[in-house]
Amino acid sequence: MIFHPPILALVTTSAIAALVLAGSAVFALRLLAGWDPTSGSERQIGLERVTHLVSTVVAFVLVMEAASLVLFAFNADRMAPLFVGAMCAVGTLNASDWGFPALWAKIVVFFAAFAWLAVDRVDGRTRDYALIRVKYLGLLILAPLVFAEGALELAYFLDLKADTITSCCGKLFGEDKPDLGGDLASLDPFVAMGLLAGALVAAVGLGLAAARGRGLAVLHGLASVAVFGLALAAIVAAIAPYVYEQPHHHCPFCILKREYFHVGFALYLPLFLATGAGIASGILALVGGRLEPEVAASARRGLARTAVAGHLVFAAVAAALVLHSGLTLVP
Amino acid sequence: MITLEGVTKIFNQGRHNEVAAVRGVDLTIEDGRVTVLRGPSGSGKTTLLTIVGCLARPTTGRVRIDGEMVSGLPERFLTEVRRRTFGFVFQKFNLIRGLSALDNVVLPALPLGRTHRPLIERAQALLDHFGLADRAGLVVEHLSGGEAQRVAIARAMINDPAVIIADEPTASLDGERVAQFLAIAEDLKRSGKTVLITSHDPRITEAGLVDRLVTMADGRIVEAAP
Amino acid sequence: MRAALERRRHLLDFAVRSLARRPAKNLGLTAIYALIVFVVGSVMLYGAAIRREATAILASGPEIAAQAMTMGRHEMSRDADVAALKGLRGVRRIEPRLWGYLWDSAGAANYTLMVPPASDGAHAVAKGEAIVGEGVARARKLAPGKMLFLVSPAGKFLKTRVKAVLSSESALVSSDLVLVEESDFRAFFDLPPGVWTDVAITVTNPREVGTVAEKAALKLPGHRFVTRSDMARTAEALFSWREGLTLALVAGAILAFALLAFDKASGLSAEEKREIGILKAIGWETRDVIAAKLFEGGLISGLAFLVGVVAAWIHVFFFSAGLFEPVLKGWATLYPRFPLAPTLDALELATLGMLTVLPYMAAILVPVWRTASADPDAVMR
Repeated sequence: MIFHPPILALVTTSAIAALVLAGSAVFALRLLAGWDPTSGSERQIGLERVTHLVSTVVAFVLVMEAASLVLFAFNADRMAPLFVGAMCAVGTLNASDWGFPALWAKIVVFFAAFAWLAVDRVDGRTRDYALIRVKYLGLLILAPLVFAEGALELAYFLDLKADTITSCCGKLFGEDKPDLGGDLASLDPFVAMGLLAGALVAAVGLGLAAARGRGLAVLHGLASVAVFGLALAAIVAAIAPYVYEQPHHHCPFCILKREYFHVGFALYLPLFLATGAGIASGILALVGGRLEPEVAASARRGLARTAVAGHLVFAAVAAALVLHSGLTLVP
Repeated sequence: MITLEGVTKIFNQGRHNEVAAVRGVDLTIEDGRVTVLRGPSGSGKTTLLTIVGCLARPTTGRVRIDGEMVSGLPERFLTEVRRRTFGFVFQKFNLIRGLSALDNVVLPALPLGRTHRPLIERAQALLDHFGLADRAGLVVEHLSGGEAQRVAIARAMINDPAVIIADEPTASLDGERVAQFLAIAEDLKRSGKTVLITSHDPRITEAGLVDRLVTMADGRIVEAAP
Repeated sequence: MRAALERRRHLLDFAVRSLARRPAKNLGLTAIYALIVFVVGSVMLYGAAIRREATAILASGPEIAAQAMTMGRHEMSRDADVAALKGLRGVRRIEPRLWGYLWDSAGAANYTLMVPPASDGAHAVAKGEAIVGEGVARARKLAPGKMLFLVSPAGKFLKTRVKAVLSSESALVSSDLVLVEESDFRAFFDLPPGVWTDVAITVTNPREVGTVAEKAALKLPGHRFVTRSDMARTAEALFSWREGLTLALVAGAILAFALLAFDKASGLSAEEKREIGILKAIGWETRDVIAAKLFEGGLISGLAFLVGVVAAWIHVFFFSAGLFEPVLKGWATLYPRFPLAPTLDALELATLGMLTVLPYMAAILVPVWRTASADPDAVMR
């Protein structure tokens, strides 16, 4: 299984990311041990020089992870015919115990890298490296996450065997199943969409106010996470069936397929962007105590605006899909 | 005004070839004046120049510009201060081959993200001012020594800095071009710019427009007149 | 915001000019880069096209093939078995089939001899006639009207006149086929009436295939039921595997290329180092130089990728991937010759990008940073 070309590409990408972050983590330890910005010694100048490399490298990793996440989902969908019982990405992911954990790990790494880069950008705007220690401590958390993600992905691909009998989205998201998938699918669509709408209103409101204070920005971050979770739930419970015009088809991956005009992308891209920006804004507020007020406020504003824009686009697309559908789930 | 307090610069710190190029220098460069740094090669004048111009950080000591401490700033801000405050004319002119005179002049302004047209117009105006209007499109390899120097000076002025720094500006020039350079320096001084020159050429050190002569030896200042 | 965009525009412009100023140096690297993209791209495009062909061809066959088994080996099915399946619900047609393998020393190849099913009117053959696949035609130099002589392992002789040669469109699966009439077949292989190689089951609703196979297995416990999706999966996995293996072997070349890129990016000429020193001295930050250099790398990547992909596409779809056929098609004697339907796929392009562009950009990161970190005062020393 491991020799399928997209899998080779994904494994190569994870390997490069892990390698690059391993080097960065080693540097992080050196920096935290000997950082002294007031010094003009060659050692300090050398450390400052390497920080440029680390920033470039983590930005590169973020782009790779984003591409890798999309490729992973697309490939899972494309590989479905190889597994008995699989008709879309869900089946492929289910063909191994490591499938879904690998996907979740990739999502976590994406958000973590996004947040790190946001903190890095803001730190670059300070005159006194206000966030450098926090940043490199954060790197010591990001690196193991990337290793874990690579390991889970590798375990998944090594474990995949073509003759595995797996269950597809119909079974995983069947309303009668007692697990999470089933719970989500059997959630009342009205409730799901209502909760999502409420969370979106809260997130957008907090986003517009986030620039005013750190506390509000932290709340905004939490609201963004809540929106992410509720959005996924609503997609499974309500939005996906509307797209398929089929009350019992709840799969969150099939909306990425060509026959549905890839609308899944129009939903997931703004959602991921908004969530990333919201989380980054919240984390920045938490760690940015030493920032000058104007720098902090400007950073919060930028991130909050991105989050608000993303949430609004997501809401618009979701609403359009529901209204445009020939199905009626909610009286 | 640029102030240096107890500035030291050590290269290859901790290694067998450690050398202190500048030792414990205190110096003030005043606005609107022409200051010349004099001394034999190895005296540390070029290194001191790089520290004054924020091209290098002192190992110990402080550099202040108009009261603001700049020596501990991150590269981004140091570069910003440098771009804002200083324009450099190097001994070997250091123009980029393969690019035209005009392209060379706008180089320092590119990372600032200034809009294209006003930038080109300003560059063209500077070249006009130095009598190089018709040479703007030529690649710099085809310029004479004097013309190249004037392009280098135009480049140094693109961001309208307060201080012009010139390192051994007359090292390879004949009498006529030295006079040309001195005329330009006079012109800069008249327009309110601060000029800092390193030179051991008596045609410069004994020129009338020099307000202050600082002599260096072995990394220290041995004489400053007045 | 505008300043940030203008800055990027200026840096990109500078990158383009920089590349244009050193055509010789960059052309060499770009050519090798494009070659790597060409090789990897050819393998991927070819593999994907073959898999699509196989899937398309299989789509027209029966959904289930039932084969009798004894002690794990294949056995002939009987009329009684066929009758037992007749009552199954959800089945559109039950068709017993006759086919078998024959080693032909004259052509030094294995052929598949087959009786065309009654439902296949287009390939009907009369007694003494044969329809052959294009691989057989090539091996035995046959054309419509010529005679074909076959000898069975038991010494039985079969003389047929070639009625037609199967078109190359189905060559992937029909290249080694010889279609003969039923009585000719039975006489040749010494088979009594009422025995069949296997039974083809066509199902009304494709979603019911699994259920029908289960029910059929209950009726005929001694048979195994191979569904079309089983076959599709096997074909898909096999071609994927071969493609992937080839790519894994090419990985060595990709690694070598990455090292070359690293080396080129590290080994700047004195002139280039001087240039960067000047930029740093006149007011460019490290991140500005990094951005300009990465833009250069991106432009080289873009050009090499475009050239490589176009060349790979032409190679695969106009020259049938002449360079890689043997590995990707398999080690049979009768390689089918057939044109592939040209297609391009976002997933394939993305995979190709990640296998070629990504290693290149990763390889140049550290060298670019190192040169961009030059001391601004270096030009004065």
